[in-house]
Amino acid sequence: MKACPAISVAALLVMAAPLPATEIPQAQRRSGFSFMAPETRAMQDDDTANPGMLWVLDGEKLWNSKAGAASKACADCHSDAPVSMKGVAARYPAFDKRLGRPVDLEQRINLCRAEHQQATPLAYEGHDLLALTAFVARQSRGDAISAGSDGELQPFVAKGRELFMQRQGQLNLACANCHDDNFDKHLAGSAITQAHPTGYPEYRLEWQSLGSLQRRLRSCIFGIRAQPYDYGAPELVELELYLMSRAKGMPMETPAVRP
Amino acid sequence: MASALINVPAKAKRGQIIEIRTLMSHIMETGFRHTAAGELVPRDIITSFVCRYNGNEIFRADLFPAIAANPFISFFTVATESGKFDFEWIGDNGFSESASARITVE
Repeated sequence: MKACPAISVAALLVMAAPLPATEIPQAQRRSGFSFMAPETRAMQDDDTANPGMLWVLDGEKLWNSKAGAASKACADCHSDAPVSMKGVAARYPAFDKRLGRPVDLEQRINLCRAEHQQATPLAYEGHDLLALTAFVARQSRGDAISAGSDGELQPFVAKGRELFMQRQGQLNLACANCHDDNFDKHLAGSAITQAHPTGYPEYRLEWQSLGSLQRRLRSCIFGIRAQPYDYGAPELVELELYLMSRAKGMPMETPAVRP
Repeated sequence: MASALINVPAKAKRGQIIEIRTLMSHIMETGFRHTAAGELVPRDIITSFVCRYNGNEIFRADLFPAIAANPFISFFTVATESGKFDFEWIGDNGFSESASARITVE
């Protein structure tokens, strides 16, 4: 019977499914860029075709414009962004001594606004916060990711890793079930990548907009039918931190383009 | 805050075919979507794009709701003389943006 081989292959797949989630060996780690079609890669590589650059341009304007009760611009303290912000995004999320926990780049910008500009925080996924974050992160393009190296961060990296390995939601899936065990395969036509956040904030063609890593994480969590954490939740920052530490040594691509 | 990205070669030989690429930031809201409360999100799109080469119109496009956000428009022309390209985007709710780029033809 013709169906028999198919059934036995299916049975083998089912038996093979509960593989223990193991981290991808360092030599086999790849950026999401390598999973994309040549057309999408070309779009990312050309600064006049990459829509993420529109946010970077707006971010540059915001960087130089005064805000808050202190009437100071980012540039008044940090001056020339290509010098002062080079490599910064590659180190984030970073440990904040006063808060005693890691903060991501968006939170750092809002902390800076509150402390030094006496300005109101910018909303998560709002145009201005995305633009400023993209402008700052753009200055690190090509720099090797080094986030999570700090000794004080280790407990938080471990918490993020635990969350990555934790099965959750109605589908009872962990991040690792797709991104460690099944990368290079497809989920409803989309490539399953290795979860290396090399180019955030990034332009997703699906979103038709720039979006943060937290937006991506919340979409994934929604996809496994679990309750997404709120924007800025410590759990999301720990996940961001763990993912960045996985991508250690990879070049920053901000603003990346993804399908 | 609307930004445009323009790519025109700075120099070209007379008679050379050159590619012009433009990217304009715009949400291109279709007018067919509803909010969670069921209200229609009003249409907000760019409706027309024009390129002029030293004042003469060389390219025009009408845009429609099915076009993605941040429209990318690329086209070709022949470099005839040194001068200026002027670009203009017009859309709903009084949207009007312009940009320009210079070219030297040898």
